Amino acid sequence: MLKVNNIEKTFNPGTINEKKALDGVSLHLNPGDFVTIIGGNGAGKSTLMNAITGVWPVDNGSIILDGTNVTGMPEYKRAKYIGRVFQDPMMGTAPDMQIIENLALAYRRGKKRTLSWGITKKERELYHEKLKILGLGLEDRMTSKVGLLSGGQRQALTLLMASLQSPKLLLLDEHTAALDPTTAAKVLEISEEIISENNLTAMMITHNMHDAIAHGNRLIMMNEGKIIYDVQGEEKKNLTKADLMAKFAEIAGHQVESDKMLLS
Amino acid sequence: MDSLMSYFSSLNPLNLLNSMPGAIAQGIIWGIMALGVYITFRILDVADLSVDGTFATGGAVTVMLRLAGMPIWSCLLIAVLAGVIAGVITGFLHTKLGIPAILAGILTQLGLYSINLSIMDMSANKSFNYGETGLYVTLGKIPQSIIVAAIFAAAIVILLYWYFGTEQGSALRATGSNHSMSSAQGINISTMKVIGLALSNGIVALSGGLFAQYQGNADVNMGRGAIVIGLAAVIIGEVLGMAFLGKRLNFVGKLVFVIVGGIVYYIVLSIVLWLKLDSNFLKLFSAIIVAIFLAIPYLKSQSKNSFKKAKKKGEKQDA
Repeated sequence: MLKVNNIEKTFNPGTINEKKALDGVSLHLNPGDFVTIIGGNGAGKSTLMNAITGVWPVDNGSIILDGTNVTGMPEYKRAKYIGRVFQDPMMGTAPDMQIIENLALAYRRGKKRTLSWGITKKERELYHEKLKILGLGLEDRMTSKVGLLSGGQRQALTLLMASLQSPKLLLLDEHTAALDPTTAAKVLEISEEIISENNLTAMMITHNMHDAIAHGNRLIMMNEGKIIYDVQGEEKKNLTKADLMAKFAEIAGHQVESDKMLLS
Repeated sequence: MDSLMSYFSSLNPLNLLNSMPGAIAQGIIWGIMALGVYITFRILDVADLSVDGTFATGGAVTVMLRLAGMPIWSCLLIAVLAGVIAGVITGFLHTKLGIPAILAGILTQLGLYSINLSIMDMSANKSFNYGETGLYVTLGKIPQSIIVAAIFAAAIVILLYWYFGTEQGSALRATGSNHSMSSAQGINISTMKVIGLALSNGIVALSGGLFAQYQGNADVNMGRGAIVIGLAAVIIGEVLGMAFLGKRLNFVGKLVFVIVGGIVYYIVLSIVLWLKLDSNFLKLFSAIIVAIFLAIPYLKSQSKNSFKKAKKKGEKQDA
């Protein structure tokens, strides 16, 4: 479904702030794969997602989505294939527009925006049904401005919007990190439902090791712009938090050692 | 004391009353201009200063084409097209060349000054022919002008209401509301910005074309400060709309109140003139009126939500 081949990205090249954020990342996803991604700050997790969605072009490598080479496509064109939920609940929805208007915008993702009416009557019923499934009572306030919703409600709405036009790939970028534990659990539960119901191929960044192990059929760990650990199937199922912590410590240990060498 | 008495006795309320129809007609015409400003300032969330130039472009094109013998409706239509082109240029400077929107607008405005002069055969002012009878709005027939201007305003309000309800119009609103969401939903935000700027400047040019008819000539400086008047109308309209309708203020209501804002602005201005304040200070008065109306929403929220008040309450409870 997704083939990321040896992509590289350096920010601020040639300056004092130069940072190699992606250092030859390759990743192949099969249809229906649900990958969780973990790694420390600055490991390149979000950068990988930004590369896949096309926030900026990559320096090297190629990205092939369901047989289409999207490497040269800007974000708004790739959006046809990709649904995305951001870490910041404010980023995924238009606050000045109604819930139903946001859904209607998402319903037309990847289609030409014409001069025909923005929301049809048939859609209203569809959105009512879909919102009902979220179980947040949003179906009774479809004409409320999204800016009035809480962070959790906005994330749930963004999830619904991302999946309204079944995307080839759903990207969840730490989408529960800004929420309180109860809301985070609820949003995660909704994510799981939407992914399994629509049989989506998905990637989820998380800082929560428990979530990373409990969800999905595959787990990757990133460090310094590289994928350093990739498990799936039975091996992933049997993974424990302790295993991951050990893996983390191993990397961190290396870093400490190299720092020591640098200092001595 | 005597001089003050004679000042007040020289103010004739009848004069003020007589100036009202003219103020209303001008207010509606400038209100149309403010609808253009509303699109960029409020919907697209971009401060577009091209409008000072495009307002004069609209006037210049209308007068020159009329002098060349064209029917007045086609003069206005081409004026709108000229405004649209100017808006596209600002959009191009902003989205393709990466110039900040406010600066892109200033550059277009500056360039248009020369272009407007050349449209008017390098003269600063061009009048319609003496005895011109085909104009839609004119100082000579104020009541008729009010009706015609109101019809234009209503037509544009309806057009905008329709457009912003369409798929494309919704995408434009989303662009103004949240860039990252719009891109993620497959909206080309650069294209949307260009469309919004084009639409806005087209409407501003139409207003310029109407205003040139109203005053009987086009002047290269007629658009100077237009953005301020436009913002004034938008903000006065918002303050009044919220005061009268509160939460029931819907999109059509907002657009209608932009026109109302234009009218109120010109009524206030004619009161200022009626008070015999030096008309050389007109721009200063305009700036002050706008500053007051811009400050009202802020001060109102501050009065309910200030540290001073918190301090008072806190000290009370502490005692």
